[in-house]
Amino acid sequence: MSTELQERVPRIRDSPARRASVVLSRHARLRLGLLLTAPLFWLGLVYIAALAALLITALWTVDSFTGLISTTWTLDNIVEVVTGSLYQTVTLRTVAVAALVTVVDIVIALPIAFFMAKVASPRLQRALVIAVLMPLWASYLVKAYAWRSVLSNDGLWDWAGAPFGISSPGYGLTATVITLAYLWLPYVILPIYAGLERVPDSLLEASSDLGASTSRTLRTVVLPLLWPAIIAGSIFSFSLSLGDYITVNIVGGTNQLLGNLVYTNVGAANNLPLAASIALIPIVIMFVYLTAARRSGALNSL
Amino acid sequence: MKLSRPARVLLGTFTLVVLGIIYVPLLVVLVNSFSTSTSLTWPPPGFTFEWWGRAFRNEGALDSLATSVQVGLAATAIALVLGTLISLALQRYEFFGRDTVSLLVILPIALPGIVTGIALNNAFRTIMGIPLSLFTVIVSHATFCIVTVFNNVIARLRRTGTTLEDASADLGAGVWTTFRLVTFPQLRSALFAGGLLAFALSFDEIIVTTFTAGSGVSTLPIWILNNLFRPNQAPVVNVIAVVLVVVSIVPIYIAQRIAGSEQTRR
Repeated sequence: MSTELQERVPRIRDSPARRASVVLSRHARLRLGLLLTAPLFWLGLVYIAALAALLITALWTVDSFTGLISTTWTLDNIVEVVTGSLYQTVTLRTVAVAALVTVVDIVIALPIAFFMAKVASPRLQRALVIAVLMPLWASYLVKAYAWRSVLSNDGLWDWAGAPFGISSPGYGLTATVITLAYLWLPYVILPIYAGLERVPDSLLEASSDLGASTSRTLRTVVLPLLWPAIIAGSIFSFSLSLGDYITVNIVGGTNQLLGNLVYTNVGAANNLPLAASIALIPIVIMFVYLTAARRSGALNSL
Repeated sequence: MKLSRPARVLLGTFTLVVLGIIYVPLLVVLVNSFSTSTSLTWPPPGFTFEWWGRAFRNEGALDSLATSVQVGLAATAIALVLGTLISLALQRYEFFGRDTVSLLVILPIALPGIVTGIALNNAFRTIMGIPLSLFTVIVSHATFCIVTVFNNVIARLRRTGTTLEDASADLGAGVWTTFRLVTFPQLRSALFAGGLLAFALSFDEIIVTTFTAGSGVSTLPIWILNNLFRPNQAPVVNVIAVVLVVVSIVPIYIAQRIAGSEQTRR
């Protein structure tokens, strides 16, 4: 009997892979270590090292004669960026644009995401997700350029608005906010929609069974559950606007945002240390933002 | 919660109007691709197929398209491996510094593209002494693509739990066998969706790309940017944009089909 059983159970062959498997299944820490090594190596070496190097470069200068970077330590660039009125003005303008874009996107995204997640039939829901996703595949540049053509003199806006006396805002900060809000809208709709999908319908029904009005249910049940998703969406629109310089070039008229200053200092001015110092501004702003967002638990639903 | 009929209709109307507005600029691009005018006047003075013919013979555009596909595929492949590893580690283990690691994954997209761009540009050129090339573009793209794979895979891991894997181990399957026959099949569609998004992200990236591509490397967005303001080229750019949107319907449709069929199965 026992020999018969032994014959039926296939004997486990001893091989290096088998032995490694045994070691791995016994040591959870080793498994974790192996899982983390490659990604941490990549993100640490490529990304964190690059950010640290940026900070170091910000403390260097450019030799005004040779145009080469001289590695003498100085705080000059940072002092200039913090105290220079140009940088202060542009920083305020950039933050204002990014905040406005984010608010506009959230206000538009909330009702759409709610309709998609809670009102539309499953069939319509799927169609709407596709409809929201598809513009993401049209090139960023082409969409910005499309707005340039819509907003231009004799463009679609002027043509369609003429009978109502509404003329295009032309190129400038208004056009920048419109275009950026347009570009990042899907990035805000999708996390909010995903967040709403996770809010169980039974919770909403329970709230109404207990006598809460629709607005009260939205305020005290839906919004607190949705808050992390809203913040997650806002991280995209805020951060993407904070670093943009191409849309501003296309529809912003003569205005500049922080991105433009960084770009001109890397390219035309060839002053990498100054560019690095300017880039520290959005880094600091985003770190403050991320720290606040992390406390709300939003980073888990990103 | 019961939404009144007017409220539902209002929400639906709002959604449709906004979606309509979303598609207006894309329609402008479509119409302009047939316009006889190379400037931005509306309505177009006349219609022609000339730009469509030119776009398909434009070597610069076709070469850039090939480069973009190459970069996208390579970056997606790297992101798939690294994103899967890191989501397995973060979902299945408790360890010191777990929150820091999860922040590390989202940092490359949470920080503005210009920061990522200049940081990598500086690191490659000044610190490591690596000349900018196709390789540096792929490395940079992979870095910010990891997060899309990570998001999709970790969401799936949270949903599926570990019971099947525990059962597989109890039945005597080794670590590799369990991964090949249990874990991987559960992750397959999440990997597909994450990979698709990673490819899309890489394909459309312009800011990080301008900072990390050498002078000889041109992805499609770089080609578009260089030709956007060139007279006689803008209509060709419109044609390419239209083709991209149309071509993109297929993968989005497939991804939705997969997501949909999994929802009904659950």
